[in-house]
Amino acid sequence: MTALRGQVAVVGIGNTRRWNAPGRTPFDQAQEAAILALEDCGLGLKDVDGLFCAISSSGLPVLNMAEKLGIRPRHADGTMVGGASFLFHLQAAVSALAHGLCDVALIVYGSNQLSAGGRLVSMPDPQPYEAPYRPRYPISSYALAASRHMHTYGTTREQLAEVALSARAWANLNPDAFARGPLTRDAVLGARMISDPLSKADCCLVTDGGAALVLTRADRAMDMKAAPVYVLGTGTAVSHRQIAAMPDLATTAAVESGQRAYAAAGLGPRDIDHVMVYDAFTITTLMFLEDLGFCAKGEGGPYIASGAIAPDGSLPVNTNGGGLSCNHPGMYGLFTLVEAVAQLRGICGARQVAGCEVALAHANGGVLSSQATAILGSAATL
Amino acid sequence: MSADPRFDRPGPDDVFNAALAEGRFRLQRCRVCGAMRCPPGLVCLACGSPDLAWVAVSGAGEVYATTTVRAREGDYNVAIVALAEGPRMMSRVEGLAPEAVAIGMKVMARIAPEPEPHVVFKPVEHQP
Ligand SMILES: [Zn+2]
Repeated sequence: MTALRGQVAVVGIGNTRRWNAPGRTPFDQAQEAAILALEDCGLGLKDVDGLFCAISSSGLPVLNMAEKLGIRPRHADGTMVGGASFLFHLQAAVSALAHGLCDVALIVYGSNQLSAGGRLVSMPDPQPYEAPYRPRYPISSYALAASRHMHTYGTTREQLAEVALSARAWANLNPDAFARGPLTRDAVLGARMISDPLSKADCCLVTDGGAALVLTRADRAMDMKAAPVYVLGTGTAVSHRQIAAMPDLATTAAVESGQRAYAAAGLGPRDIDHVMVYDAFTITTLMFLEDLGFCAKGEGGPYIASGAIAPDGSLPVNTNGGGLSCNHPGMYGLFTLVEAVAQLRGICGARQVAGCEVALAHANGGVLSSQATAILGSAATL
Repeated sequence: MSADPRFDRPGPDDVFNAALAEGRFRLQRCRVCGAMRCPPGLVCLACGSPDLAWVAVSGAGEVYATTTVRAREGDYNVAIVALAEGPRMMSRVEGLAPEAVAIGMKVMARIAPEPEPHVVFKPVEHQP
C-alpha cells in the first residue's frame, strides 16, 4: 500500500449524456460536463486550480479549456496517450493534490465524433512503417491481436460475441445507453466483417459525449454535496505505439498497470465488486479481464461464455453498457471512472451492483499501447 | 562544443528508405549485443547501446499475426511478420487469398516498388 491510498477523493461527476448532439463542438461538450461535475459537488469554477484535459482534435487542449471556462489553473496536465489519458490524469491529479500543487482538480473531456461525421479530424500522428500496408486504423491492430489470442489460446468468435451480448444486456438496464434493444447471437455473428476476425458487432459505438470529474483531498471531500469516492490506488503503463512493436500481442500492459494499482490499494482481484474495462472492441474486454487477474490467462473466452459478466453473472462488468452499447465518443476512458463512481454512490437504478464498495476502472489507449488502472472505494474501504 | 560525431550519420529512416530504393532490405544490428531492430532508430532496443551497424536482412520470416481487411476495392492482407533475425514488422503477404495467410507460415521478403518502395512477403514454396 502507498501513502497516497485514500488521500484523494472524487467529489463530483459530470456526464452530458448527449450521444448525438449536432451543433456542439468537443469543447462545448467538455464545458457542459465540467459545469455538471462542479454543480454535483457544490464547488465553482473559481475553485478549480488544477486542470487535466485531452481532446482528440486539439493539440493544446488545456489552454483552450482554461480560456473557455475562464479559469487560471496553477497546475495543468495535457498528457495524451489516447483513450487511457484520463486515468493517467487521475494518477497525476492524486499526486498533485496530495503534494499541494493544487486543491481542486478538474479532469474533463468532450467529443463530437458522431455528429462531426466525415469532418472528424484525426490525430496527426503518421506511422510511415504502417502506412504502405493500409491497416484500417485502429481496428486492424486489434484484429491482429485477436488473431494472436485465438492462435495461442483457442479463443473463438462465438466467445467474443458473448462480450457484445453481455454489454447489450447491461445497456438494456441503463436508460442513458445509446444502443438499447434486443441483440441476438446470430445478429452478432452475422455482422459484416471489417478486419478479420473482428466484425462491426465487435466494434464500439461512435457517439458524441462529454464527461468530467472533480477531485479534492480527503479532508475537504467530507464537506461536499455527495458522498466522496476515494482513490485507493492507481497504476499506469506505456508499452508501444505501433502494434508490430507490442512485445506479445496476446498479453497487454494491463498486467503491469493492474499490479501497480492493486499494490497501491493493498487489494487484489477478489476484493473488487464492480469492474469497468475499456471495451473498444470485444477482444479488449476479454484480454483485460485476463490481464487484470479476474480469470486465468487464456481462459477469458470460456469465462465470458459461461455468462460471468452478464447482468446475472458473478462479476458485474461494464454496467453502463460499455463502449459497445452505451457510448464511445472518440476516447472513452473517463466514462469508466464516471460509472465506477456512480456505482459506488449507489445511484445506478436497475443496473446498480448490490453492496458495491470497491470498483476497478481500466482504460486503454492507442492500439493496446497505454494502459491505466484505478481502484476506487467507498468510505468503508478506508 | 561541436555536435557528438557518433550521431553525424544521416537519420535512420532516410538510410532505410535509400537502401530500399536501391533494392536492398537493410536494418541495424547492435555492435554490443547483436540484437537487430525494426523500425530503425538511434539505440538498441535490447541493451540501449547507440552503437548500431547497418546490415543486410535475409528476408526470411514467419507470419506472427494476420488480418484480412475487407474493402470495397478488394480484400487485402495485413500481417505482422517475425523476421528470422528477430524483430517484427507490419507487412502484407501476397500470392494467395488474404484469408489463407496463416500464423506460422514461412515467408520471404521482396521489395515492392509502388507507390514508394516497401517490403512485402510471399510464402516459401515448401512449408515445413
Ligand atoms: Zn544491444
